[in-house]
Amino acid sequence: MKPGFVLTMARRESRASGRRLMTLALAIAAGVAALVAVNGFTSNLRTSVARQAQAMLGADLAIESRSELGTAARALLDSLDGEQAQYVAFSAMTYAPAGTTARLTQVTAIGPCWPWYGAIRTSPMSAWGRLADGRNAVVDPSLLRALGVTVGDSISLGETRFQILGTITEAPGDVGIRSALGPRAFIPFRYLDATGLLGFGARAEYGSYIQLGEGADAQRIAADWRPRLREERARIRTVADDQNRLDNALTRLGNFLGLVALVALLLGGLGVASAITVHIRRRIDTVAILRCLGATGRQVFGVYLTQAALLGLAGGVLGAVIGLLVQQVVPLVMTDLVPAELDTGPAWGVALAGVLLGGWTALVFALLPLLAVRRVTPLAALRRDVDPIPAGRDPARLVAIALLVLSVVTLAVLQAGNWRVGLGFAVGIGIALLGLRLAAGVVIGLARRLSRAPLAYTSRQGLANLQRPGNQTIAVVLALGFGAFLLAALALTQHNLLATLDVSGEGVTRPNLALFDIQSSQLDGVRGVLDQGGVEATAPVPMVPMRIASVEGRAVSLARRADSLPDDSLPRGWAVRREYRSTWRDTLVGSEKLLDGTWWDDPRTGGPARISIERDVAQELGVGLGDNITWDVQGRPIETRITSIREVDWARFEPNFFVVFEPGVLEDAPQTWVTMARVDDPATRSRLPRQIAEQWPNVTSLDLTVVQAAIEDLLGRVSLAIRFMALFSLVAGLVVLGGTVATSRDQRIRESALLRTLGARAGQLYRIVVVEYAALGLMAGLTAALLAVGAGWALARFLFEIDFAARPLALVLVILVPAALAALVGVWASRDVTHRTPLETLRRAAE
Amino acid sequence: MIECNQLTRTYTSGGRALTVLKDITLRIDAGAFTAIVGPSGSGKTTLLGLLAGLDAPTSGSVTLDGHQLNQLDEDGRARLRAERVGFVFQSFQLIPTLTALENVLVPLELSGEPDVARALGLLSDVGLAGREHHYPSQLSGGEQQRVALARAFVNQPAVLFADEPTGNLDARTGQTIVQLMSELNRKHGTTLVLVTHDPALAALARRTIRLTDGEVVSDTTT
Ligand SMILES: Nc1ncnc2c1ncn2[C@@H]1O[C@H](COP(=O)(O)OP(=O)(O)OP(=O)(O)O)[C@@H](O)[C@H]1O
Ligand SMILES: [Mg+2]
Repeated sequence: MKPGFVLTMARRESRASGRRLMTLALAIAAGVAALVAVNGFTSNLRTSVARQAQAMLGADLAIESRSELGTAARALLDSLDGEQAQYVAFSAMTYAPAGTTARLTQVTAIGPCWPWYGAIRTSPMSAWGRLADGRNAVVDPSLLRALGVTVGDSISLGETRFQILGTITEAPGDVGIRSALGPRAFIPFRYLDATGLLGFGARAEYGSYIQLGEGADAQRIAADWRPRLREERARIRTVADDQNRLDNALTRLGNFLGLVALVALLLGGLGVASAITVHIRRRIDTVAILRCLGATGRQVFGVYLTQAALLGLAGGVLGAVIGLLVQQVVPLVMTDLVPAELDTGPAWGVALAGVLLGGWTALVFALLPLLAVRRVTPLAALRRDVDPIPAGRDPARLVAIALLVLSVVTLAVLQAGNWRVGLGFAVGIGIALLGLRLAAGVVIGLARRLSRAPLAYTSRQGLANLQRPGNQTIAVVLALGFGAFLLAALALTQHNLLATLDVSGEGVTRPNLALFDIQSSQLDGVRGVLDQGGVEATAPVPMVPMRIASVEGRAVSLARRADSLPDDSLPRGWAVRREYRSTWRDTLVGSEKLLDGTWWDDPRTGGPARISIERDVAQELGVGLGDNITWDVQGRPIETRITSIREVDWARFEPNFFVVFEPGVLEDAPQTWVTMARVDDPATRSRLPRQIAEQWPNVTSLDLTVVQAAIEDLLGRVSLAIRFMALFSLVAGLVVLGGTVATSRDQRIRESALLRTLGARAGQLYRIVVVEYAALGLMAGLTAALLAVGAGWALARFLFEIDFAARPLALVLVILVPAALAALVGVWASRDVTHRTPLETLRRAAE
Repeated sequence: MIECNQLTRTYTSGGRALTVLKDITLRIDAGAFTAIVGPSGSGKTTLLGLLAGLDAPTSGSVTLDGHQLNQLDEDGRARLRAERVGFVFQSFQLIPTLTALENVLVPLELSGEPDVARALGLLSDVGLAGREHHYPSQLSGGEQQRVALARAFVNQPAVLFADEPTGNLDARTGQTIVQLMSELNRKHGTTLVLVTHDPALAALARRTIRLTDGEVVSDTTT
């Protein structure tokens, strides 16, 4: 085969059908742009994290534990040279002595010197350096706003007060959403005790930051000490550990967004396949002539394949350029979702990969429709009536299909960074496309029937145009529908997730104020304050902190590594090590469902106490009905037996428990109480916590409307990022639509010329176009809405396990927006069709 | 140059067998100008297609320029066409996306030696100097057919097949085209096989083969 001919012809052919084939390149460009943007962003993010990892920890090493550091931890600290800074982090209420409100604050009592690497920037600048000088605090600006105080004022925390020296403007490793859980406040470690807040039931993290002396190897130290620390339920972290963890998390985030971006590329591929199909149909004559003139089937095939690949590459280059530009915007939609200051330099490697990917995608998607070219008979040039492509199976089709499937799966696996997720994604896309295809079939069938209904001529003609020979209706409905489907499914899911959390919406009567950590002795007092405020509270629920001592008589060993004893049947991991907060009750509550076993309806008779355990935790612990667990309740062992397994709906702001005891066992154990209330008046809702915090500083008040807002904010940011990537799919869909407009252009010009010759007015021609494209968009929207409801329901039901509600208004938008967009594209693309004289068009049409 | 032996072509459509060509045996000498005439549906195009190797006979054989066509595969026949055969069609069959010059160049590109000067020379031979960068849609029917002629001769084919090359043209233009063809035939020594309805055109050929219902009913040489 002579490559010269193939290349020359490919080039000349492309030039002549530039407009039609340009859309092919554009379809590829949209997907490549999305991928380059998101992968470039992730790659930059990872470099930034690597560069800033040390500053994020601010130290070489950190030890942390849920209880005070034990002997091993202390031995480790004593054995190290260099400097150390102790810290304790906990949540507590802060309030201005003269103010009327209180705010749940994330307090860190920190020893001097930290951080040794990086810097905490404050306003005024000197604030951090002066923190240890006295009863001082450095806080997040949002705390000032919440409490109505300014720098220089004091805030109350527990039994003492701290003067605010300044606000944090920037701390290494800051993730904006973290402060949504409550503003931060740093206080000097030496005044921690003065707050009196670390009594029974307090949830705190105890730890130490360490700067190692010269020549010490943090990684070695961590590896040596980890087993012993684990036995004390303490963790040790190095800069490299943190970097790894963050890197993994970011990679996962990037991979996920990358998959969304991949959808755009695949839709572009669909557009390529569709455009090539039409292109080839137009080129059958040319192919037959070339065959007559002596070109072999393979040469002609090569011409068009080269053409597709070159266009794909061109699309790839364009996409990469756009992607590099968009990459500068991605940090804006990802604000507060990622730590580390971002590098924004262009990621050349990612861009190059994008270009090649564009070429490859165009190639594999073009392959299938192009195969027919090989079989065009030269006889077709000689006689009209001969079928240009002989009937019969072409085994090469199977190869092309296999190559296509393999390519999609490989791409998905590479982008997911994990073959199971990748495969799942590929299958999911396949199913979604199949669903769209089926739905599209139904909708198109409807349109066909409508085109024969007694409608105005222009409407019937517009609808009938969708069925003109060589139409790409299905491709457009798929490509445009998929983008709309993604966006709609996303919006539905976000809405349903938020609906379960809603405590402030209209008509919602769920509690919106939660009071935690109430000591038994404080219970009456707290309830008195609530009563006085005219607030009705739920019955207080007790909580008893405990840990697992043994399962089925075998003591849990915390030091064991998952991989060290393969046949060790003991449960491992966090489920064993964690602290449980359990309660006792004689009934199930609304958010619980009994799955197995029986509930205790009869009073306690002796023997091991009966407990009911939540399904997932039971699974993690590897225990079932009838198994015995011994609990360590503040040093006292309590024998229990599992008599039932529950399912718990966690997706509500309600006190729920992994383990519920039968009454008569825990009543005398050290306990705290939770109570919840519905307070509609915002002023009361902020005044009550203030009143309670003043009298009982250990009691934590959580305004659930604030939490709800924070979660909404977080979910909003996440979905903004996803939506941003999904938008590229919509763009790809629009490009495919534009492509079909361009490919059917000659045909439509001919039709309009004919209609004009027959006396149609420009207005009528436009009406036909509007009907045709609006109907096309409507079909895509309708299909997308149908599938989005299906997918949204499945996600809600099976993944999030929440209630599903379709949002009619949003769905109407999903249906109407593509219709409007499509109509616009159609009219825009047809703008000069009516400007030409019929003669000119008929003459051109002769080609 | 061209020989066919007991050439038969049968189509089956709708379960019915239709024999379009029956037992045709012919010989066409190198350099000859032969016309094939006959009523519509008599099998002229079918015969041409078989002689040029565009179609495979039901039985019988064709030898073209010393090559047994049924012993060549599709690619082999394509190569033979690229090197030794030229075509002119009733509907011109220019490639609409290529300019006149590029259309003429295609056979040369196929054999890997694009010779622009040659192509320009041929275009001027057919009276189209100055129109080489025009697209087919910018040329009249007669002009398009002249481009097709230039293309057919550009690779100096041993044989030129023409299927009613004047069918879409008025009588005068048609006459010019066929005159051009026979000039080129004389100038290059090309074997010319012309299918036509038009007795006036057929008269330009030295030999006339008449087909009726798939059979040769007369074969006259003047
Ligand atoms: N693929 C086919 N299937 C069935 N019959 C065919 C096929 N191709 C041609 N025929 C028939 O073969 C016969 C001869 O056709 P052919 O095109 O060779 O005639 P022709 O002499 O070239 O006619 P015209 O002068 O009209 O071009 C016709 O009756 C035609 O209908
Ligand atoms: Mg014919």
